[in-house]
Amino acid sequence: MRIAICVKEVPDPTAVKRIDDGSHRLVRSGENTLNPYDRHAIEAAVQIKEGPAPDTEITIVTMAPESAGRSVDRALAQGGDRSIHIADEAAAGSDLLGTARVLAAALKRESFDLILLGQQAADSECYVMAGLVAELLEVPCITQAASIELGDGSVTVKRQVETGYDTVKAQLPCVVSVSDAINDPRYPPLPAIMGAKRKPHEVVTLAELGIDASTVGAAGAATSVGGLSKPAGRGDTIVLEDDGTAAEQLLAFLVEKKVVA
Amino acid sequence: MAGIAVLCEVQGGEVSRGSIGVLEEAGRLGAALGVSVDAIVCGSGLDDAKLAALGGFGASTVRVADDALLASGIAQPVVDACATAQEAGGYRYWMAAASIMTADAMAGLSARLGAGIVIDAVELHAEGGALVTRRSGLGDSVLAHCGFVSAVGVVVTRANAFAATEGNGGTAPVERFAPTFRAWSQAVTLVGHEDAVETGPDISAADVLVAGGRGLGEASGFDQIEELATAFGGAVAATRAVVDAGWYPYSSQVGQTGKTVTPKLYVACGISGAIQHKVGMQGSGTIVAINKDKNAPIFDYADFGIVGDLNAIVPQLTALVKARG
Repeated sequence: MRIAICVKEVPDPTAVKRIDDGSHRLVRSGENTLNPYDRHAIEAAVQIKEGPAPDTEITIVTMAPESAGRSVDRALAQGGDRSIHIADEAAAGSDLLGTARVLAAALKRESFDLILLGQQAADSECYVMAGLVAELLEVPCITQAASIELGDGSVTVKRQVETGYDTVKAQLPCVVSVSDAINDPRYPPLPAIMGAKRKPHEVVTLAELGIDASTVGAAGAATSVGGLSKPAGRGDTIVLEDDGTAAEQLLAFLVEKKVVA
Repeated sequence: MAGIAVLCEVQGGEVSRGSIGVLEEAGRLGAALGVSVDAIVCGSGLDDAKLAALGGFGASTVRVADDALLASGIAQPVVDACATAQEAGGYRYWMAAASIMTADAMAGLSARLGAGIVIDAVELHAEGGALVTRRSGLGDSVLAHCGFVSAVGVVVTRANAFAATEGNGGTAPVERFAPTFRAWSQAVTLVGHEDAVETGPDISAADVLVAGGRGLGEASGFDQIEELATAFGGAVAATRAVVDAGWYPYSSQVGQTGKTVTPKLYVACGISGAIQHKVGMQGSGTIVAINKDKNAPIFDYADFGIVGDLNAIVPQLTALVKARG
């Protein structure tokens, strides 16, 4: 079984995030981390390897600046066997379709049986990457998987939909995005973290993937951001660390706002 | 000329209210752009007379694909139907209200057509003769004005962003068309379905909701959630993750595939705040979040957040609320 997992590096949620006024892109200068939703996809692959398909090879695939190596290592520490890291300045500014084109080109070079993604990116809240990549690869797609069961050349997935639970079966190769309900990802032990650096890392450029740089990145973007504005709505958020008095402070806040009589 | 196609989803034999809301919004957008709007409906055993009523919500033509492959709620055959409709209609924009199926279908269509896609749109504007969306970002602290460079643009609107009216009672002509299905779209099949079972109180009427997520650790974690809810005179809500794990009944689930709630007070305990949850509770009056993970996205859209151990904070809060009587 050959499993690829598409992962994303996202800004650390604790860092102050802002969008650059000129480029309208998210400023990624702060600390970055592996998208937490991707950890569920890695855990799902590891459970397949530990269970029904021990000969599984797990490949971590990401498109990110070269500086994202630490997040790739993190994904490898959690259970990846090798990584393909597409790092190319011309890929910067890719929109959703551009990102999907790059990932699909990297995935097409090899014959993966199962391609996994997390349910969404924590930074952009994008939940459509699986559907984009599957269509570009011309393979079946199942999103929001709450469980995955392997069959003979097929995968059976249970997923929650608006009307209840569906059980869906797809032929391999197949793209599956997993919901955060599927598992509780384990944190890697120290030796796995130390060992991640020694696993095979492949860093590739767009040219090496045969991608025409004018179809991806800022140059090839099919969408544009023309401006930014402030939404009407919520005021400031008060966030405090509990020092034993947080419950009292919360109640005082609710009384002051007349939410509690 | 029909410039806009709205994918209208059929759920349980009826076009979803969310789809109708987007159809009406597309009608307003189309009027500003000087183009008409077609409703695209996919399903099996559809009733044309019933679908003609979409004319009362802004559709100039209702284009219907009726095939067993479109009955399963699987997105890829719907991508094929939309792509077939695009060949005939030459639409400039496609849009759909976000659901499990439509988001996947619009993603597939974007890839198929090489069309740009904007998701989570909360407003649609006509600016300079083109559609410019407002897409919420950074925990809803900013609106990005997203337009299209590609010839065709695809938009998924945030669930519940556009409320449907009762319409004007008009009708539109219904035209059937036969999609060209691709091989890979037929490589996914629905093999089972369980309807959600509704048990317990109706949480959508509660003034106060205390909600529990995966951060409770185990099913018994809901005991303290129930005690706090009782102290507030409210009800208990749950996330998809804990409902799927069997910790709490489906009828209490808030979010994309659960209920949309707007209580005066929503207390989220051990909830990370994934978008699937957010769309079901963001209309709440005051949002409180208690989570040990300071990175949880829910802190981005809470009014009052506490980083700490809910097992300590929730019982303290329950005692304080009870003491007020």
